[in-house]
Amino acid sequence: MLTINGVEIEDTYAEAFTMWGARIIITAKNLKWAMEAATRMTGFATSVIGCKCEAGIEGEMDDTPDGRPGTSVLLFARSKEDLAQRLVERVGQCVMTCVTTACFNGLDSVEQVPVGGQLRYFGDGFQMSKLIQNRRFWRIPTMDGEFLVEDKFGVQPAVAGGNILILGEDQDVTLQAAEQAVEAMRKVRGVILPFPGGIARSGSKVGSKYKFLMASTNDAFCPTLRGVVDSAVPEGVNCVLEIVIVGLEIEDVEQATRVGTLAACLPGIRRITSGNYGGKLGQYKIYLHQVMKQDVSA
Amino acid sequence: MIRLALKTRPDLPLEADTIRPDYFAQKTEAEIAKLPVLHGNQFCALGDFFNVRGGASDQIVLEGDLAQVKRIGTGMEYGQITIHGNAGMHLGAGMRAGEIVVFGDAGDWAGAEMCGGKIHIHGNAGHGLGGAYRGSRHGMNRGMILVEGNAGNETGSLMRRGLVAVRGDVGEFAGAFVIAGTLIVFGSLGRRAGAGMKRGTIVAYQQPELLPTFTFDCVYQPLYLRLILQTLQLEGFSIEEEWRTGAYRRYSGDLNTLGKGEIFVYDQH
Repeated sequence: MLTINGVEIEDTYAEAFTMWGARIIITAKNLKWAMEAATRMTGFATSVIGCKCEAGIEGEMDDTPDGRPGTSVLLFARSKEDLAQRLVERVGQCVMTCVTTACFNGLDSVEQVPVGGQLRYFGDGFQMSKLIQNRRFWRIPTMDGEFLVEDKFGVQPAVAGGNILILGEDQDVTLQAAEQAVEAMRKVRGVILPFPGGIARSGSKVGSKYKFLMASTNDAFCPTLRGVVDSAVPEGVNCVLEIVIVGLEIEDVEQATRVGTLAACLPGIRRITSGNYGGKLGQYKIYLHQVMKQDVSA
Repeated sequence: MIRLALKTRPDLPLEADTIRPDYFAQKTEAEIAKLPVLHGNQFCALGDFFNVRGGASDQIVLEGDLAQVKRIGTGMEYGQITIHGNAGMHLGAGMRAGEIVVFGDAGDWAGAEMCGGKIHIHGNAGHGLGGAYRGSRHGMNRGMILVEGNAGNETGSLMRRGLVAVRGDVGEFAGAFVIAGTLIVFGSLGRRAGAGMKRGTIVAYQQPELLPTFTFDCVYQPLYLRLILQTLQLEGFSIEEEWRTGAYRRYSGDLNTLGKGEIFVYDQH
């Protein structure tokens, strides 16, 4: 059995899926407005199931294309076409509308989708394009000057569905552990934690007794149902919180899993595990023990 | 690297469009020396005018006053030419890629109708820099031309894409009939700049005498200029911080044509 600081790390794996991802760099007159646009753009983007995409703020940036304060956002969707559509919607509605912002591609990829090339039509014929060092930009007139947006954004296959489940004695200690895990995971570039504050309390399973639902509450991890379902909640555990990880590369997701698990091993935490579907659905398996091997020995 | 040192200054213009890195790349020293050049109306060998050293390289270094040597690097597709001295007319005209650096002046029509690559002239440039030949539909179409000194008339005329930056002054009709692209002049902009321009951008750092067919729009900070100036800085052009962050007066024109062109004038206040 692998334990870290007395916390059992279950010998299981997270089952992750392929999605398509993009990195969007948003700059503005100051960080406040860059973050404002980034926050709006990543709103209502916790899960592809209900939001059509998953998005989060990757971090602040020191070196942006226009030299202004900026932030990078990662956005993921089920397919390249889906991602292209979400990018146009969210850059158009949340970045273009935000005062002083500009929007740049942050992913060097062979696969590209048009974003500025679609949004340009908002310029109603007054838009102008500029080719700078083989990158095309669109200048769309706005009431504060103009919105500068890159013509195409790089996209690449990405990894969604990485996760850890933190099983604690009570809500306070479990939340504290989850918060520490989130803090550690957010230092890893190339990943986002799409749920509010990086933490999900309403973990889900595939399907439902109701035929119209694609997903429903993960009853096996609901402490209140421990006595009535085939529960995965051990005795003494009264709260379970999940951290879902989405990343551009599997290595980034593994690294986030590793640092998050380590940070969550606090007194009062009984077990850390991962959710999966028996290996039948996902293309990737992130084995907790293998991931932790580099940092601790059993 | 291949070195060509001028040994005999031609008394007539020498048409040397064979001086191209992509022509030299697979040739020996002897083969390069035998390449034809047109001296007046007589075909001669390159070796008649130059001492050739080295072969089989796409890096060419030219030495001497080549003001009479025309069409160097015309149409080149890759490689680099460095000229220690002046260069004659049509330097890099129609070039597609690669780089030409001149530590001296360049004659008229440097970079005319080029479609890629970079020309960096450390001295002055003549007329028609990056422009269109008479009767052509467009001038340079992609690529970059940097001039540390002054440039003559019709700089960037009919340019369609690309960037021309002149550290010093430019003559009349700069950016005339521009279709797109960007012309930046850090010195003074001659009269009738942007005449007939449809789209594209001219940036001036001294208040020019503008045609009445340009109309004032507003004062603002065009963000894309930061990217352009950043590019210039990376190419070794010294750029003052206030040019990147400062405000510009925007004029639209030429209203005699499409009127979707713009002239930015750096707002000193």
